[in-house]
Amino acid sequence: MAAMLEVKDIHCGYDGTPVIRGLSLEVNRGEIVAIIGANGAGKSTTMRAICGLLHPERGQILLEGEDISRSPASANIRKGLSYIPEGRRLFPKLTVRENLELGAFTVVDRKVIDERLEEMFALFPRLKDRSTQTAETLSGGEQQMCAIARGLMSAPKLIMLDELSLGLMPSLVEKVFETVVLINRKGITVLLVEQMVQEALEIANRGYVLQTGRVVHSGSARELLDSDEVRKAYMGM
Amino acid sequence: MNHFLQVLFDGLLNGLVYALVAAGLSMIWGVMDVINFAHGEFLMVGMYVSYWIGFFLDVDPLFSWIASGAFLFIMGAATYRLIIRNSLGKSAMAPLLATFGLSMVLKNFCMNRFTPNFRLLSGTVLEGKTISVGGAILSVPQLATAAFALVLLACLYWMLKRTRLGWAIQATAMDSEAAELMGIRTENIYLLVFGIGGACVGITGGLMTSYLAVYPEVGSLFSLIAFVVVALGGFGSIPGALLAAIIIGLVESFTGFYVAAVVKYAAVFAVYLAVILIRPKGLFGW
Ligand SMILES: Nc1ncnc2c1ncn2[C@@H]1O[C@H](COP(=O)(O)OP(=O)(O)O)[C@@H](O)[C@H]1O
Ligand SMILES: [Mg+2]
Repeated sequence: MAAMLEVKDIHCGYDGTPVIRGLSLEVNRGEIVAIIGANGAGKSTTMRAICGLLHPERGQILLEGEDISRSPASANIRKGLSYIPEGRRLFPKLTVRENLELGAFTVVDRKVIDERLEEMFALFPRLKDRSTQTAETLSGGEQQMCAIARGLMSAPKLIMLDELSLGLMPSLVEKVFETVVLINRKGITVLLVEQMVQEALEIANRGYVLQTGRVVHSGSARELLDSDEVRKAYMGM
Repeated sequence: MNHFLQVLFDGLLNGLVYALVAAGLSMIWGVMDVINFAHGEFLMVGMYVSYWIGFFLDVDPLFSWIASGAFLFIMGAATYRLIIRNSLGKSAMAPLLATFGLSMVLKNFCMNRFTPNFRLLSGTVLEGKTISVGGAILSVPQLATAAFALVLLACLYWMLKRTRLGWAIQATAMDSEAAELMGIRTENIYLLVFGIGGACVGITGGLMTSYLAVYPEVGSLFSLIAFVVVALGGFGSIPGALLAAIIIGLVESFTGFYVAAVVKYAAVFAVYLAVILIRPKGLFGW
């Protein structure tokens, strides 16, 4: 059976400035895979290329064996790929509920949408209390919950999380990582980008270390956690 | 006293029509940050469509607005596909100049084909009918157009605020990339919004032929007023456009009557300048 996601030697950038230069990675069904790397290494660019906001100049991206490297983001979500972008990108003037409804924009059946809303409110009871508030009035933690819930509303096979922990209090960071594990237990494959390297690797099965648009290390989360190089460069130890 | 009521009603009725004309412009700006300089000429085309349908097929403006609305919906969508899409992402001036060019083409086409003459439909169902409200005489065709404008504005507002499509349009306006991530095909949203913008003036224009003459220059004044309404109400806000349009309609009718007809537009722009100096984003600015 084909892997959930295969990225094969992609090259991409912005306006001719190369950012990703020959990157390959693989995510198997049911895994949590972490991409780590310093600021500006190209982690978000990689995510944008996978989800279809950006098209690679060369290389291939396969979702369950199907080439999606030329297909737009609005088509990829219909194929089961959900991307929660860096900085959350909620629709600030829409209510929490409207944001969640848009997360299921590709779902036609009203019953299914209502079921998923209930599921999200069960997972994040705070969102239920806030459902008629506009997204811009939520606290940082609540916004992050809303972004995760919105990304889950399409019932994706693969969810990509970009710096979920950014700007959150330490106590909330822990909670966010617990949520990721919970999502994964429901059978959703997870690809996540993190600056909280230790925490990310603790929940991940495998990891890739990115440096200036290339993979410089990869291996099981355990191997990376034990690697002196990784510890020195990314965990300050 | 009767004068006062008359002037008040005239201002209100005109204001409601301005509101629908401006709503189309405002929505396009709100979603795409594009000003359609051909908006007034779209109105003019809508009037001609309704006029010729009435002239040749004897269909009353009470019905032909459906045709002029549909025609302008298609024209709006086509304008997006053929002109706007190719001018976006270049310079900020590109779509502005492109739609300005389109307005010239439309105006001169009508001048050339239909002559500069004023044309007024005769024998329409509502022609010459009036009703008296507390001593003020209201023209029924104008009243019908204004009532229609109000209903359409309410529908538009409801669609934007209460339906999934409306949320998708708002989402595209706020963050088009995040909207794409939700599966919203933003290209189609732009097409639709331009279509709706066209339909707003197509319908208004279609109904207006029952009381207003059509000629190639008829759109110019309306587009000027629509720009003021949109800026005054706040770009992208429909309630803002409604409130601003009524203010403009009232300022126009009161200064026109109590001061002098020649200064009424000067007064309109003076009010606009005053409000913009105090609230640069307009009354309901995002
Ligand atoms: N929209 C953009 N336009 C031009 N350059 C960009 C853009 N986004 C990111 N970059 C550049 O691409 C490189 C990688 O950025 P990014 O993928 O955001 O890194 P990371 O997510 O790992 O911090 C950086 O050098 C950044 O300056
Ligand atoms: Mg990033």
